[in-house]
Amino acid sequence: MNSGEIFGFLGPNGAGKTTTISMLTTILKPTEGKAEINGLDVVKESSKVRGIIGLVPQELTVDDELTGMENIMLQATLYHIPVELAKKRAAEVLDLIGLMDAAKRYVKTYSGGMRKRLELASGLIHKPKVLFLDEPTLGLDVQTRAAIWEYIRRLSREQNITIFLTTHYMEEAEVLCDRLAIIDRGKIVVGGSPGELKDMLGGDIIEVTLKGEHEKLKDGLMGLPSVKDVMYKGGGYRIKVIRGEEAIPVILEHLSSLGVEVQRVSLTKPTLDQVFLEYTGRRLRDEESTHEEVYMKAAALRRLRM
Amino acid sequence: MIEVTIALTVRELKRWYRQKFAIVFTLITPLFWIGLFGKSFNLTGFFMLPSDLPPEVAAAYKELTGRIILSVFGTYDYFSFMTCGMFAVLVLFTSMWSGMSIVWDRRFGFLNKLLAAPISTSSIVLSRIFSSLVRSLVQVMLIFTIAVAMGLRLSAGFGPLHLLGVFTVLALLSFSLSSIFVAMAFRIRTHETIIAVSNLVNLPLMFASNALFPLKQMPSWLQAVAEFNPITYAVGALRGLVIGNVDQAAVLGDFLVLVAFAVGFSILGIAFSHRALNR
Repeated sequence: MNSGEIFGFLGPNGAGKTTTISMLTTILKPTEGKAEINGLDVVKESSKVRGIIGLVPQELTVDDELTGMENIMLQATLYHIPVELAKKRAAEVLDLIGLMDAAKRYVKTYSGGMRKRLELASGLIHKPKVLFLDEPTLGLDVQTRAAIWEYIRRLSREQNITIFLTTHYMEEAEVLCDRLAIIDRGKIVVGGSPGELKDMLGGDIIEVTLKGEHEKLKDGLMGLPSVKDVMYKGGGYRIKVIRGEEAIPVILEHLSSLGVEVQRVSLTKPTLDQVFLEYTGRRLRDEESTHEEVYMKAAALRRLRM
Repeated sequence: MIEVTIALTVRELKRWYRQKFAIVFTLITPLFWIGLFGKSFNLTGFFMLPSDLPPEVAAAYKELTGRIILSVFGTYDYFSFMTCGMFAVLVLFTSMWSGMSIVWDRRFGFLNKLLAAPISTSSIVLSRIFSSLVRSLVQVMLIFTIAVAMGLRLSAGFGPLHLLGVFTVLALLSFSLSSIFVAMAFRIRTHETIIAVSNLVNLPLMFASNALFPLKQMPSWLQAVAEFNPITYAVGALRGLVIGNVDQAAVLGDFLVLVAFAVGFSILGIAFSHRALNR
């Protein structure tokens, strides 16, 4: 991970995302291997690591019976921030996440989105160098989710905090993350920027519909830069390219230089969804079939006992 | 570390006293115990005189049964006797709840947030023990006041020093018991388990002690068990202080044993909690 970036950990439920966060935040000791944060070993220098990281867990951990301000001030004490400074910082972070007006209210009167924002604010009170967000928008409505995304982006921009987040929402990873890794069964299966990952699928699909029958253009199209595959299908071509936006003008120019008239062009970009399925999908389905087998065996046993 | 411990203790206490309704309910159960059980169990009533006895026999009988009751219970008044026991049982119940709040905090992720913060795990453990202690003392104070209104007979010389003694004894007991419950709770992941375990230990701890009945009339094996129960010593000392049924030397003896329990259990409890948390 690089300093100042938003790094996403994407994986199906139970893939090991939270466990990874637990290890990086020194809650769990890794059984093997080594991890460093800001050059500090999470096992050997765990207390130093704790001082420079912030954790916003998946669950809502803010206290219902406390006010927003009390929650923040408690968190400040946990990070040994002197009271005067803590008050100043609390005002800053509450302002940043737009909860200043609700600060004196009990958290039990907050909505789900407000709680999550308070959670974010309390993770920021000690100005961590690295902030861990475990499923930051789990179970929130679309508007609240968009608002949280905006806060996260502002944090990364204005406070220059490195953010490590886990999610199983494709959209979230795509919108927020500079780079991401897909994890399944505790192993990173693939990593890169959202764009790179999508390129790995073999690129974008351009479909051109031509006026008239032009069946012999395949070799010419294959010769163009960034074209990976060409298929003729009645009345047009299906062309696999690396960067669709840049390939379209090149293809069109090539076709018009041959005097071929183009009727229609479409570009389909692979989504992160497809990447995700490509790397984790098959395994998930395998797992399902074994569940079924287990169930069948259990049913057979039950019948025997009766 | 001290500041963090205080802050976490205050958090626990705020969560407690802001739920006024829950507090009222936790007080009703011990009030039922002393009001219903304590009042219905009338010691002199067990030796009710047959009406056809000659007067001199009746007098001798009364004298004899009175002596028996006094030698076993140390008082004629069972209500006062068992109310002192309930003070200790109340501490037991409160300590149990401190364990449950830990399991909640784990379930809701708060514990993880604490573990990821640059604080000593001792602060986490101690804050639970201290908040349980404050809660116990406040609750006992309330029940004590109500019990006096209900007819708790204080010893003739009862004064502020005795009251201080009562609180010291309860604090020591609270320290012993909540250390154990807190250490257990850090190893337990689910609510069902902690409730089951608490119920399992709660009954024997309450009955294998002198909280409700004197040890003297128990079978010897039960007496042997009760002698390893800190509640026995706490109740012994409490009765000496509140109703004055034993002499000061006995109170001091109980007190010293209780100090040993508190020191031993808290060291054990804190050590076990550390091992459970630093994984």
